Amino acid sequence: MAEFVRVDSSTSSHTMDKSIILPPDEIFRNLENAKRFAIDIGGSLTKLAYYSTVQHKVAKVRSFDHTSKEATNDNLYEISVQEEVTARLHFIKFENAYIETCLDFIKDHLVNTDTKVIKATGGGAHKFKELIERKLGLKVDKEDEMTCLIKGCNFVLRNIPHEAFVFAKHTESEYRFQTTQPDIFPYLLVNIGSGVSIVKVESEDKFERIGGSSIGGGTFWGLGALLTKTKGFDELLQLASKGQHTSVDMLVKDIYGGSYGSLGLTGDLIASSFGKSATADKEFSKEDMAKSLLHMISNDIGQLACLYAKMHNLSRVYFGGFFIRGHPVTMHTITYSINFFTKGEVQALFLRHEGYLGAIGAFLKGAEEDNPNQYSWGENYAGSSGLMSVSPDMNPMQRARSGTFDMLEMDRLERKLVNLPLLQDASSYIPDTVDLIEDAPAREYWLFCFEEALDGVVKRAVASQPDMPEAAERAEKFRQKYRHKLQTLRHQPFAYGSLTVRSLLDTREHCLNEFNFPDPYCKIKQQENDMALKYYQKAVKALDGLSWEQRQFALVRGVLAGNVFDWGAKAVSDVLESDPEFGFEQAKRQLEERPWLVDSYDQWFERLKGPPHKCALFFVDNSGVDIILGVMPFVRELLSRGTEVVLASNSGPALNDVTNGELQILTESIAAMDPVIQSSLEEDRLILVQSGSSSPCLDLSRLDKVLAMVVRERNIDLVIIEGMGRAIHTNYYAMLSCESLKMAVIKNSWLADRLGGKLFSVVFKYEVPITDHISAALTP
Amino acid sequence: MLKARTGPESPQFNKPLHLKAFPWFGMDIGGTLVKLVYFEPVDITAEEEQEEVENLKSIRRYLTSNVAYGKTGVRDVHLELRNLTMCGRTGNLHFIRFPTQAMPRFIQMGRDKNFSSLHTTLCATGGGAYKFENEFRSMADLELLKLDELDCLIRGLLYVDRVSFNGHPEGYYFENPSDTQSCVKKTCTLDNPFPMLLVNIGSGVSILAVYSENDYKRVTGTSLGGGTFLGLCCLLTGCETFEEALEMASKGDSTNVDKLVKDIYGGDYERFGLQGSAVASSFGHMMSKEKRDSISKEDLAKATLVTITNNIGSIARMCAVNEKIERVVFVGNFLRINTVSTKLLAYAMDFWSKGQLRALFLEHEGYFGAVGALLELHKTTEDP
Repeated sequence: MAEFVRVDSSTSSHTMDKSIILPPDEIFRNLENAKRFAIDIGGSLTKLAYYSTVQHKVAKVRSFDHTSKEATNDNLYEISVQEEVTARLHFIKFENAYIETCLDFIKDHLVNTDTKVIKATGGGAHKFKELIERKLGLKVDKEDEMTCLIKGCNFVLRNIPHEAFVFAKHTESEYRFQTTQPDIFPYLLVNIGSGVSIVKVESEDKFERIGGSSIGGGTFWGLGALLTKTKGFDELLQLASKGQHTSVDMLVKDIYGGSYGSLGLTGDLIASSFGKSATADKEFSKEDMAKSLLHMISNDIGQLACLYAKMHNLSRVYFGGFFIRGHPVTMHTITYSINFFTKGEVQALFLRHEGYLGAIGAFLKGAEEDNPNQYSWGENYAGSSGLMSVSPDMNPMQRARSGTFDMLEMDRLERKLVNLPLLQDASSYIPDTVDLIEDAPAREYWLFCFEEALDGVVKRAVASQPDMPEAAERAEKFRQKYRHKLQTLRHQPFAYGSLTVRSLLDTREHCLNEFNFPDPYCKIKQQENDMALKYYQKAVKALDGLSWEQRQFALVRGVLAGNVFDWGAKAVSDVLESDPEFGFEQAKRQLEERPWLVDSYDQWFERLKGPPHKCALFFVDNSGVDIILGVMPFVRELLSRGTEVVLASNSGPALNDVTNGELQILTESIAAMDPVIQSSLEEDRLILVQSGSSSPCLDLSRLDKVLAMVVRERNIDLVIIEGMGRAIHTNYYAMLSCESLKMAVIKNSWLADRLGGKLFSVVFKYEVPITDHISAALTP
Repeated sequence: MLKARTGPESPQFNKPLHLKAFPWFGMDIGGTLVKLVYFEPVDITAEEEQEEVENLKSIRRYLTSNVAYGKTGVRDVHLELRNLTMCGRTGNLHFIRFPTQAMPRFIQMGRDKNFSSLHTTLCATGGGAYKFENEFRSMADLELLKLDELDCLIRGLLYVDRVSFNGHPEGYYFENPSDTQSCVKKTCTLDNPFPMLLVNIGSGVSILAVYSENDYKRVTGTSLGGGTFLGLCCLLTGCETFEEALEMASKGDSTNVDKLVKDIYGGDYERFGLQGSAVASSFGHMMSKEKRDSISKEDLAKATLVTITNNIGSIARMCAVNEKIERVVFVGNFLRINTVSTKLLAYAMDFWSKGQLRALFLEHEGYFGAVGALLELHKTTEDP
């Protein structure tokens, strides 16, 4: 990384800036129980990693013992807030100048640790070895740089969706994030440090340096410094971004007068880098020389990368190292070169957390006994800084302490997450329907929408903890944090990978959790569940009174009407808040009449006349009326037809979505009223599984491993996805290998408008995968 | 390939259908240098001599009696091909070069000598054939026959190899390239030349896979070529000519400029089988201000030469592997009087391919395009 040129550059980098005071609640968090330190010290930046456990509150539901008849209230279940301990990985990046201050800080805050060693990697590790050992009393254990880099790279590719992106300058969205591939291997990593290493990675433990080049970042810096008398790497890049290479380079048109048509070489192509500086007796500007040098080196590296990719038949090529490290200038020139040399066949890929790879890898080396790779990890949006543009004029959002500290936090997820086996093509599956990085009007609307809804969320959060006087203060902190995230995203939509409605919702959940509001809707959900249960039998009875044909339609309308009860949607939460009596029947009246906005009911109805499905997987949405009066009767009908049903609900809370814990209790009490549900549960024809998600949306590529297992065992042949978050914001275009039903009511007028509908328009999308078998049958 | 035609040839002023009027030139106008080949007939009969127009005679005399033209033109006397038979005529082929910058003066001379009155065809290749076409026409009333530079390069190369270098082989290679002590230059011919990877290092670099005289493709190219070496040397050391730059480079030590593997790892990087003496970062030491302040021009020139050469070697090697070609032929004026580069290329090919690839070089390194252009002169004769 670049030397940060200081006025007092004469002082050695060992002289630390002591003036900085580190705020313990922002940087180096959770040090009390930190263990397993790792450090990656580069030319100018230090990356520190540690593992720690985080205590946070979770809302648990527990069934009252109704047989004892002691319950003094009408509630079906009680809510208790419990402490839960989860594992978190912390990564902090800061300038080498702060290393001593940081080490002191860590020493002072490290309470109980049995850690004896610190894993270290990076070129600067040996230089600071003595300092680290003295300050922390830990033994420095050096790890191979490249091994750490690869380990870190595998880890982020596997655990962070949208880790990789292509960079396209001069487009609306410069950062185009890539979907995580089910299999990340094989790939090529081109690490451009002072030199270039090209590594082919075939599996977690199998990688090989297949080549490299001595013309790398050091050449740009060293040669650039000689040519321009400029000291710093960043300054050189600045110069280059202002220069014109055509005055220094000999272009094809300088030789040909135009293009070299028969070879398809255009006139603007560089024929000879620095070719003009030999012939003319003139002065060249620093900017022009720096630009020419940048092109020369980027093109050369791009060409080598392409030749190696071709030689080893690889199409995924990631670029990293200090030459790249988030610099738009070098990302652009490398991308240009790769496009030129492969004619678009290979895309240059960059990584959001490229700067952390070494530290992550070193950490993983030291944590092998904990086997971190057996878990799934998720980026914590609340605790991570996100990708910042390094160019000051592109970065109007200045981070605290002028960008000195950059953080990445990753939570260990309780469950291993895998693809839904029913995805038609897992490698091309994109959960989100709209990419808000590319779609500027949509981005503007949703950022505004989330900002506007913030007051309500804060109010709800405070109300969920009436016994805690400091809740208001915490809620205020939550507000500030989330508002800041929204502002960051407004300026840098690419900061956390793909910007989507889902990521905005998830970020909000992370921020709420951060300030110990694990389930702001728990009380509302409880109330609504209790209320809806009272109507269950009546609703079922009414449905049973209908003819078969009428009933099928009524069931669908029931699910849709139930889905109107959604606190996540502003239009509805307004009504719900002002009129708690807003009833199921009223909701039905609100619904759009057929034909719906998306309407394949007739096909669905035809299908129902046929043989029953073997087993349906139902991704449910909200608590209360939705699950109890909408979904359960629908499920009951499926069961009666002889179809097994798997109900998939969230593992953790998100808005008023029903969680797996709540659904267990609800289903039991419905079973007590309803012999169909009762017997189905007993016969194992109705089962409840958790999705592994705590989001109001649904990423079918990150689901609980157990769910995937159930899907395989039960031969699921129908997937039902319900609700705006799961079936419209996400998965609207998801292609499954079995029949699927997507049902939702559009409770947002902007979105309705976008889709060509109105508020409370209905999406009823029944899809049958086109297989050779079926298409053959359709051919007359 | 052109064959000497049978039958007695008539003198040129009868405008025979199959023999072009003298003078016979082939020209390759590159980005930095113009390469000119001139066929000097030595079988001129007395009758012919008498009828030869004066300015043709003066051109012949001017070219053959001088070894330098103006300030910058040079005749590479040591490359002259003597007693060559071409189209039934016997003569000497002369090799002349001058900077492309002098092109306007050259065209001026063509006008002053009333070259257009000779009714010859001026065969030209290289980018300059296109760039200067209008100037030739407007200033000297000369029409160029423009030829593709890669076609010419391959034709010329195969021709020179076949006619041999005055009885000696045109090609050479280095035996034991990995050992500086026992590394020796050995001559050879391209007896069975195909397929070959042809690496032409001029101002920039073109890499061709050649399967037969007429079947070839340009695999890739790089802008880091001879022009880059000279351009960077001029900027870094203040030198002005290629000769000067090479002279400096020959005295320098690039390890003062480049960061080696051992400078980073203290020795070999065993995990990846990298020797300590391998260059890890070209110009890597120059990141440090102290080292920048104390570095010599010679060291900088050497580092520039080594950097450019190694890079070309590396790209050529990978192309050879990707194209499955084992013979790599390096040509182009970058290699002129440049044993540092030829030996380095030979070493790089041998070392990185573990002896699989062999680097070949040719004595007339930069002139094949011009020779190829001259050969085209006779090929076009029968055109209506």
